Amino acid sequence: MSALLEARGLHKHYPAGRGGVLHAVDGVDLEVAAGECVGLVGESGCGKSTLVRLLARLIDPTSGRILLAGADTTAVSQARFVTMPQRAQIQVVFQDPSESLNPSFRVFRSIADPLRRLLGIHDPTRLAARVHRAADLVGLPRELIARYPHQLSGGQRARVGIARAIAVEPALLILDEPTSALDVSVQAVILRLLADLRTRLGMSYLFVSHDLNVVRLLCSRIVVMYLGRVVEMAPTEALFTAPRHPYTQALLAAIPDPARRGERRLRLEGAPRSPIDPDPDVCRFHGRCPASSERCATAMPQLRPFGENHLAACHFA
Amino acid sequence: MSAQLSIEEFSLVFRTRDGTVQALQDVSFAIARGEVMGVVGESGSGKSVLAYAILGLQDAAATVLGGRIMFGGLDMLAADEAALAAVRGRELAMIFQSPRTALNPIRKVGVQIEDILREHANLPSRELRRHAIEALARVRIPDPERRYDSYPFELSGGMCQRVMIAMALACAPSLLIADEPTTGLDVTTQAVIMDLIRDMSREARMATLLITHDLGLAGEYCDRIAVMHAGHVVEVAPVETLLRRPAHPYTQQLLAATPTPRSTVETLVSIPGQLPDLRGTLAPCRFSTRCVRHLPLCDETPLPWTMREAGHLVRCRVPL
Repeated sequence: MSALLEARGLHKHYPAGRGGVLHAVDGVDLEVAAGECVGLVGESGCGKSTLVRLLARLIDPTSGRILLAGADTTAVSQARFVTMPQRAQIQVVFQDPSESLNPSFRVFRSIADPLRRLLGIHDPTRLAARVHRAADLVGLPRELIARYPHQLSGGQRARVGIARAIAVEPALLILDEPTSALDVSVQAVILRLLADLRTRLGMSYLFVSHDLNVVRLLCSRIVVMYLGRVVEMAPTEALFTAPRHPYTQALLAAIPDPARRGERRLRLEGAPRSPIDPDPDVCRFHGRCPASSERCATAMPQLRPFGENHLAACHFA
Repeated sequence: MSAQLSIEEFSLVFRTRDGTVQALQDVSFAIARGEVMGVVGESGSGKSVLAYAILGLQDAAATVLGGRIMFGGLDMLAADEAALAAVRGRELAMIFQSPRTALNPIRKVGVQIEDILREHANLPSRELRRHAIEALARVRIPDPERRYDSYPFELSGGMCQRVMIAMALACAPSLLIADEPTTGLDVTTQAVIMDLIRDMSREARMATLLITHDLGLAGEYCDRIAVMHAGHVVEVAPVETLLRRPAHPYTQQLLAATPTPRSTVETLVSIPGQLPDLRGTLAPCRFSTRCVRHLPLCDETPLPWTMREAGHLVRCRVPL
C-alpha cells in the first residue's frame, strides 16, 4: 500500500509565556494509506486536535513535513496552500455540527461553498447537481436543503457536515469526534453512513475519538497519543487484545463494560506532566505510569516494533 | 429494604408560550440505602428534570400535576421551603455535570466546602478547616492541605469533580444524585471518578441515583436501572436482567445501538424516528411511533405496568 498521507517529524510548539514553550505535537510520524481508516485516540490535551489541524493544513507546523500523495504540502505556507488544488484532497468533518455550520447559511450554501471555492464550480446547474449528489450520498432529504441549521435535528446537521466535506471528493477525510455530540441512536446511523461512504467513495479516514468502542468499529489501525507524542500504533485487533504501552492498557481498562463489573482494573491516578518545556530525556508518562523506573527518567523511550505494524514507545513494553 | 427515596406516579409539565410540555408522566420507582440506581435515557428524556424535581428545585414554568416524592419520611412536594432547605445539601446532595461551572470560580475550594459545613454540620468554626481538609482527603485528592487553597481554575476537570463529590459528601447524605458526573472528563478520569462514587456509596451506605446517557457506564456501576424515554420510565430492572433480557422494545434497541467491545458496524442498530413532540396530545405509549412491535391495542389508555418477575417492571403492552 502506498501512503496517501505521510507526516515526518512533525512538531508544533507554542510560546507559553515567560519564555516557556508548549510542545503540543512533539515529533510525530504518521502514515495513512490509500483507502485506509486510521483511528487517533488520546485524552484531552494530548495534542490530537493540534495534529488534526496540522495534517489538514489549517495551521503551519513548527518543523516537519507533510506529504500528500508524495507531494510536500509543507513546502508552501498554510496561507498559500488554501489556494492550491490539493486543498480539496483533505477535508475535515468537525466535532459538533451545531457549532461548525454557519447559522446564517442555508444547507445548500454550506455544501456549495467548498465547491465554489475549491473546485471553482460557479455554474448554477452544475453546482446544484453536485450539492444534490452530496446530499443524496449522506441520505439528507432534498427538501431539507433549503433549511437553516437551526431547523434541523442533530443527526441531520451531522449529515450536512459530512456532505459539505465529501462534496469536493477528497482523498482523505479527517473526522474529529464526529459523533460525540449525538445520542447513541443517532450515532449508530452516522457510523453506518461513514462505513458505507468509505466503501463507496474509496476515501481514507483519519478518525479522531475519545471513545475506543467507536474507533474500533471503523478503523483497521489505531494510533495512541500521549502528551504530544505517539506512544503506540497497531492494527485494531492487536491493540485491543495485546496492548503494549501501559497508557494504552489503562485506556482500554477505562472503557465501561458491564461484562467486567466489579473487577478491579488498572486505574491511572494523577494528572499528565506539563507540556511546557518537557524534559526531552524523560518519558512523558513517567510519574503516572504504573511501571515507572529510573530509566524512564533518564531516557525517553522510542517507538520500537512488536510484531507486524505494531509499534510502542516504552522500555517495559 | 425500606426505600430512602420513593417516587410515585409523579407528573410534571412546563407551561411555555408554545404550549404545555409534558416533561414527566407517571414516573415511579424507589431507591433503598446502599443501592446505586441508574436513570438512563437519551437527551430530552426528562432525566435531569427528574433530578431537579427530587431536589425540589423546579423551574418557574414547571407545574406538578400529581404524584408523590417521599424522601425518608418527608413529603418533598408538600414540604415548605424551609424544610427543603434543611435537607438539601445535608441529607440530600447532588453532583452536577461540568464541575468547573458548578463551583464558585472566585472562592478557594476548601472554603467552598467550609460553606457547606457551616450551613449544615453544626461544627465550631475553628474545626471547619480540619473537616474540609478531611473531606478533600476522603475523595483521594493528593496533598489536601495544599489543595484547600486552590481555586477551581487551578485544578483539572477530574480534580474539580472530586471537589464536587467532597462537597456533596461532606455532611454524610443519605441520598446522592449524580447528574452525568463524568461528562466532559477523559475516559481514564471517568473510570477513577466512577470507582470513587461507587466506593463512597458503599462505605456510607447512601442511596445513589446516577443519571447518564451511557448504558455501558450504568451497566458497570449500577445495581438497578430505570430506562426513560420521552418523559416516561419505560422499564425498571436489576442491571443483569435489563442488559440480558430487556423487555421493552426501546431498551432493547438502545442496547443494540450502544457500541460495546463486541459490536461491529453491522450489528449496530439505529432507532428509527425521533422523540415525539411533548406538546399537545400524545399517544399513551410515547414510543409507539418508533416501535416495530406497535399494535392497535397499544393506543388504548391507560398504558399498564407489567411485572416480568420480582423487581422487573415494563411499561409496554407487547413486551419482548
